[in-house]
Amino acid sequence: MKGIEVFQELAPLLADEAVVLANGFISRECFQVLDRPGNFYMIGSMGLASSIGLGVALAQPERRTLIFDGDGNVLMAMGTLAMIAACAPKNLIHIVIDNEVYESTGSQRTISNVVPLESVALSCGYRQALRVTQRDALKSAYESLCQAEGPGFLLVKVEPGFDPATGRVTHTPEEIRDRFMNSLKV
Amino acid sequence: MLSSKTFIEKLHGHGFDFFTGVPCSLLSGLISSLEESSGYLPSVREDAAVGLCAGAFMAGKQPVLLMQNSGLGYSLNAFTSLNLIYGLPVLVIMSWRGCGGNDAPEHIIMGAVNEKLLATAGMDHDVLTRDNVDALLVQAVDQIKNKKLPYTLLVKKGLFDERH
Repeated sequence: MKGIEVFQELAPLLADEAVVLANGFISRECFQVLDRPGNFYMIGSMGLASSIGLGVALAQPERRTLIFDGDGNVLMAMGTLAMIAACAPKNLIHIVIDNEVYESTGSQRTISNVVPLESVALSCGYRQALRVTQRDALKSAYESLCQAEGPGFLLVKVEPGFDPATGRVTHTPEEIRDRFMNSLKV
Repeated sequence: MLSSKTFIEKLHGHGFDFFTGVPCSLLSGLISSLEESSGYLPSVREDAAVGLCAGAFMAGKQPVLLMQNSGLGYSLNAFTSLNLIYGLPVLVIMSWRGCGGNDAPEHIIMGAVNEKLLATAGMDHDVLTRDNVDALLVQAVDQIKNKKLPYTLLVKKGLFDERH
């Protein structure tokens, strides 16, 4: 499975969720598959998709918040896993697309091949943590996290393989903010 | 001295309703009072606190971030590549360790440069005193509502009551 397939599988299931997307290929692939006002494309501030998503989830507890994160981002901000677990927002699902490399900077390896991030999340105190390696298991894993009490963690193991033809996010940062806030009725 | 309780009441009066941070002894009374009165979320790092406040702001909160000036180093990239480009405001209450060069060695360098770092990054800041608190909170709300930028209030030792 390639990273973009995660969005191809899950995008049709999205409704009014707030979606926070990590920088790099994760934002670009989601933008290509399904651009929607409720997507917050984080173009800088590596490592902070998780804390931004936590802030959204805590401020709007009635709305489901999804974080699409990468293994490099999670490893950079591992302490935020602990914060999410401690705050325990029931409405938060943290999806990590794990290709074991920093692909957008030239595919240097991360260390997620030997660090099982879903076990880290579970040890921190996430209520659920699942690992998926096959595309056909993705939807059912996501739906089971939606039905369970959060915070939930979904680790999706993928192969590197970003298509360089994938466009960049064309909205300005301020447009991203305004669309996102409007979609959250702020 | 400015009482923590009074200052928090003023923050509430201006609409601030989300509090997080990483502690400093100079802010210990403030954080204790927040824990008792308003809810305070302990962050593990200052950059994570910046992200937390950014998300909370976009979802309708008016956040306050408490940190020691040492945390400015950890959070500078978060401010420059998140808050300053998207226009995501936050009120930062930053203790000024090393002010005047009279402090433990680890605070001296940051204490000498934190104002220059903030200015270089284009982040407005002022030194909070007992006498200017009302005026600066009005300014803070202006920065947040109109300029949509972070605004930092620097706190020197002795301004707030300490509890440690």
